[in-house]
Amino acid sequence: MIAFWLAALVTVAATALAITRTHPVHALLNLVVSFFGVAIVFFLLGAPFVAALEVIVYAGAIVVLYLFVVMLLDLGRDAGDGEKALLRPHAWLWPALLTAVLLVELLVVGLGDAPPALPRDPAAAAATAPAAVGRTLLGPYLLAVELAGMLLLAGLVAAGHLGRRAARKEAS
Amino acid sequence: MSPVPWTHAFGLAAVLFAMGLGTVLVRRSLLFTLIGVEVMLNASGLAFVAAGSHHGEADGQVMFLLVLTVAAAEVAVGLALLLRLHHHRRTLDPDAACELGG
Repeated sequence: MIAFWLAALVTVAATALAITRTHPVHALLNLVVSFFGVAIVFFLLGAPFVAALEVIVYAGAIVVLYLFVVMLLDLGRDAGDGEKALLRPHAWLWPALLTAVLLVELLVVGLGDAPPALPRDPAAAAATAPAAVGRTLLGPYLLAVELAGMLLLAGLVAAGHLGRRAARKEAS
Repeated sequence: MSPVPWTHAFGLAAVLFAMGLGTVLVRRSLLFTLIGVEVMLNASGLAFVAAGSHHGEADGQVMFLLVLTVAAAEVAVGLALLLRLHHHRRTLDPDAACELGG
């Protein structure tokens, strides 16, 4: 349990750092730490497959894509300072308060009628093992996997089209 | 390894989701807005995995896989749009693109 609380603390702290930094690269590196913390929580929940996926895809591909864009646009300290001037307390106070109220509401509603935690037996642990995930993906959720592939194709085509247009305009 | 109560994991997911939502609301740079959206998607995936672990089924992880796919596609298209915004307006402030017709 202490492993979970430690991972949760690191995740929350890293996310708080990530969303309050003005330098984009600092924010993204803190975000990587946050994703690693979530991966540890996944592992502690008995889901090693998605723990690996979180590291490989989220921290290893999505954040790297963000870093590529930051490097492409050469967003350094200049981009951060311009925004710092706009982040006066009157800009973030009310959204932060509203978000805190939402969080309290989420916790009260979500955990109000929570049933007691079921004891983990080996059968339940085997049911969330990677082999079981694979069987579920290729069994009942096969259509969802195909649709996810189509979604990725649509995203690929859209990103390629949008990115190519900008490059061609710059060349002309 | 003692099991993690799903309520604790769900609480963590709620905290992360709220922080992502606050990021989307407060930050003025489109890059940080997209980062906030990623944090929210990650938190919802965590909630799915926690629920799947609680019921002892693999469906929670399957849902996380689908959420991950959506997040990846959204990041690709969102960053391409961010590149276009920067190309047109030389800024990442989404308020700079508040008028139609270029």
